Amino acid sequence: MKDALGSVESVLVLGGGSEIALATVRALVARRTRTVVLAARRPGELESVAGELRAAGATTVETVAFDAQDDAEAHGRLVDDVFDRHGDIDLVLVAAGVLGEQSRDEHDGAAARAVVGTNFLGLVSAIVPCAERMRGQGHGTLCVLSTVAGERPRRSNFVYGSSKAGLDAFAQGLGDSLVGTGVNVVVVRPGFVRTRMTEGLDPAPFATTPEKVAEAALEGIAKGSHTVWAPPVLRYVMSVLRHVPRPVFRRLPL
Amino acid sequence: MRGNGSRPGGAIPRAAPDLGVADGEPTLLTGWGRTAPTLASLHRPADAEQVAELLAQPGARGLVARGLGRSYGDAAQNAGGRVLSLLDVRGVRGFDPKSGLIAVGAGFSIGDLARLVLPHGWFPPVLPGTSHVTVGGAIAADVHGKNHHREGSFCHHVRAFELVSPGGEQRTVTPEGTPEVFAATAGGMGLTGVVVEATLQLVAVETDRVRVDTERARNLDDVMERMERGDEDYRYSVAWIDCLARGSALGRSVLMRGDHATRAELSGGERSGAALGFSPPRVLSAPPGVPSGLLSTPALRAFNEVYFRRSPRREQGRLEALHSYFHPLDIVGDWNRLYGPRGLLQYQLVVPFGAEDALRQVVERLAGERAPAFLAVLKRFGDGRGMLSFPIPGWTLTMDLPAGRTELAPFLDGLDELVAGAGGRLYLAKDSRLRPELLEAMYPELGRWREVQAGLDPEGVLCSDLGRRLGLGGGSRR
Repeated sequence: MKDALGSVESVLVLGGGSEIALATVRALVARRTRTVVLAARRPGELESVAGELRAAGATTVETVAFDAQDDAEAHGRLVDDVFDRHGDIDLVLVAAGVLGEQSRDEHDGAAARAVVGTNFLGLVSAIVPCAERMRGQGHGTLCVLSTVAGERPRRSNFVYGSSKAGLDAFAQGLGDSLVGTGVNVVVVRPGFVRTRMTEGLDPAPFATTPEKVAEAALEGIAKGSHTVWAPPVLRYVMSVLRHVPRPVFRRLPL
Repeated sequence: MRGNGSRPGGAIPRAAPDLGVADGEPTLLTGWGRTAPTLASLHRPADAEQVAELLAQPGARGLVARGLGRSYGDAAQNAGGRVLSLLDVRGVRGFDPKSGLIAVGAGFSIGDLARLVLPHGWFPPVLPGTSHVTVGGAIAADVHGKNHHREGSFCHHVRAFELVSPGGEQRTVTPEGTPEVFAATAGGMGLTGVVVEATLQLVAVETDRVRVDTERARNLDDVMERMERGDEDYRYSVAWIDCLARGSALGRSVLMRGDHATRAELSGGERSGAALGFSPPRVLSAPPGVPSGLLSTPALRAFNEVYFRRSPRREQGRLEALHSYFHPLDIVGDWNRLYGPRGLLQYQLVVPFGAEDALRQVVERLAGERAPAFLAVLKRFGDGRGMLSFPIPGWTLTMDLPAGRTELAPFLDGLDELVAGAGGRLYLAKDSRLRPELLEAMYPELGRWREVQAGLDPEGVLCSDLGRRLGLGGGSRR
């Protein structure tokens, strides 16, 4: 159960290899979280992380195989299995995602589809059964990692941006649909985060770290927020950028 | 005992509050602290029979009883399952004005009880900090009042209760006949069954006034010394304590002690006047939509300063109305809204006598952190009653804190460690955030309680969010 100060006892991470997800889980375990299920494409690579979380106080740490590209039936089975075996899951952290390679993806239908298939379709089919289980348990938080790039697609990474825009819109709508059920959806929109995924890219203004994003996400989960910007200033930056005329926007060095 | 339906004279209790929901309606529920809402289907059984029917078909996520929702945390919530509001189970089955024994439904409130029996020269044996608490809730939390140091907690005055168990059978539980079940249910947070009726021993009073002696204490040592020296001379004793004052004023307090005034103590006019009555006014109501942060540390410091200075240095024998001594906050309806959308929590600890150092450290840390602790009170406890009853002989400190501050989590975790290390504990009816690992250290009888609980509820039908969060037992249903 989530407590009065917003700490949770159990978490399922979809995309357990994500650096932002792991920073969040570390911070969760440092507080109260004792049950951690990391669902990732290559669960074997997470064994050392699992050990580290156990040493930090988590009593149950499990790694399971999860591929966003699998079909909806497989996603449903995975989610049911986790909820059945661990009882209530207080928090589902949706963090899976790929950046793709814009220069290739915008010319290659299959590659573009793979990005959208992972970041949007695959996560939708995993989020829906989680939301259903949480409705049934009468409480819970779904925390969905989006990005500022989903707020307005940019010339320089619109394949990734559009996939996240779809996910972001879906999560917002789901959040509205879940009002009054005891289940809350938090959409987290980080700016440029220095991780393996962005290695070699030039950091955008207001670049941040996985730890800072994790901190902001936890605050949002505790408060029951619906949207979290990391860093917070991006909320205002994006509210301006959203209204910049297209001919100007596409020339901006973003 | 008088027969069914013969409601004795005096004020007729008001109708049970209307919850505005149909039977079994999905409803978001929180405790008084308004934190961590969860969804449950809320049922309103009309009598013990309907309670038994609901217990016989508990659904996949079990059920728990709820009264007036004054537990601060999640004790009367059951996410995804059923919650039984007992507010309609409130009949008075019998009242003997000679002996002061009364049998009332579990949904009857302590305030209604006071209104009903005071004209006959009787008074509830234990009054918690609000009169808006049901008899069922008072048993489940084994509530205490300002007289605990002399007269114990609520369940010390319960002669019998009717307990409906999972499966639906009803039994009469008494301290002598069924001591284990009694001790597991007293303070058992509703997880041993649903209490539908209780027989209580009231206390005799001559007037509806309290004779209060007030004195200021300059710091924590001073107030503790005064309490140790003088508490036994008073039936009621409580100290308001300033948890923001530092240095030599650390823990400065206003000590308020008293007893029911006798007829001889009233002035002539008052003696010949009106009948005994318990009629707390409800004049104010906190507005909805108050933003967070209204009760900030600077605002509370200012309040504390004024409160301390305004209190008499020493005043003896002032006559106060019962409600103004016992329940000063009850005149403001929904005062919990003053904490804004993120709500509040109440932190109540007890440390045994001999662990005064731990208490001092708690007060030092509160003052040092400038934690916005409001309405803090200090009091001495006598013996406990149930296996999970909160009181143990020692010092109890209570304060309200706004829940909207993340830095509070590690701070309170630190206090928990200190309290547990000193052989103390937190009050489950107030808890909304305790780290589950500390529960066994705080409640050494937990193992025995779990055995009795499992015997009464082998299938884990009785579930609450509190039980799930703390891994208390019961609530094996997920």
